[in-house]
Amino acid sequence: MTRRRLLLLAPLGATVLAGGAFFAMLVRMTQGKFDPRGVPSMIIDKPVPPFDLPDESGAKLTNADLATGRPVLVNFFASWCEPCVEEAPVLMQMKQRGVPIYGIAYKDKPNATLGFLRGHGNPYARIAMDEPGRVAIDWGLYGVPESYLIDGQGIVRWRYVGPLTADVATTQVAGLMRKFA
Amino acid sequence: MRALALALFLLAGPAFAISDPSEMLPDPKQEARAEQIGSQLRCLVCQNESIENSGADLARDLRKIVRQRVVAGDSDRQIVDWMVARYGNFVRLRPPFDATTALLWGSPLIALLAAGGIVMAGRQRRDEAAPRALDSAEQAKLRTLLEQ
Repeated sequence: MTRRRLLLLAPLGATVLAGGAFFAMLVRMTQGKFDPRGVPSMIIDKPVPPFDLPDESGAKLTNADLATGRPVLVNFFASWCEPCVEEAPVLMQMKQRGVPIYGIAYKDKPNATLGFLRGHGNPYARIAMDEPGRVAIDWGLYGVPESYLIDGQGIVRWRYVGPLTADVATTQVAGLMRKFA
Repeated sequence: MRALALALFLLAGPAFAISDPSEMLPDPKQEARAEQIGSQLRCLVCQNESIENSGADLARDLRKIVRQRVVAGDSDRQIVDWMVARYGNFVRLRPPFDATTALLWGSPLIALLAAGGIVMAGRQRRDEAAPRALDSAEQAKLRTLLEQ
């Protein structure tokens, strides 16, 4: 009798467990905490991968420039990237709220980048031109836009894939700016 | 317009492995090695294709890096490790056996053990259910009953 009951209850228990796990996954997906297609970042809590790129005026911009003593946001973007258009006003709002934002133009012609900034506003303190897209690979980037929060010591603390929304900016980014200030 | 769409459709053709000759290494041995390594690496954009099969820009860049490193004399392991350092184990189409994938790799064994357990439990119950042989007193009783 007990064995029979066990045999009956085992599949039921397994089903309840699997259903519970599946429900938790769906909840986390709707909250944006879990993305089944997301590629986890390998550089969280690590120093910014070393790079040395020209900026918009032809001067050098390196990883050392991102360690400014206070947290900064690094935003990979491109003039050919449609979600970046959607994201542009959110970045402008963040700039107005005093968030220092550094841009890295991914696989873009400098002229096209500058044209994009004339059209949609320039939220960036400085812009690195990663025309070959090689530096982006060291960051583990797999699409634009992607944003990273770098603390004052140049350690990567947070990564966001896709266009930043006003909601993400006011909740997550603002919180991180305070946390790492 | 419809004719143009049809023409584009016919021109597109199926997306087989990328075989742009300008991407290939001149040494066929090195090229074969690069293709073999690339076929184990996931295209992060399309996710269910290897970088050798994908038409995505990022996949082309990663193919180029694989070839540069093959020419530079890196081992297969070093090249895969280089990719894993940037994109994590997710970049490997065949996940390695470690703590996070133990359940995945162990699932055939778990299924086999569970099935074995169910079969054993069923068999044991059948053994219990089988009637035991009659002892001599019961046999004698049966005989008298049958003779009546």
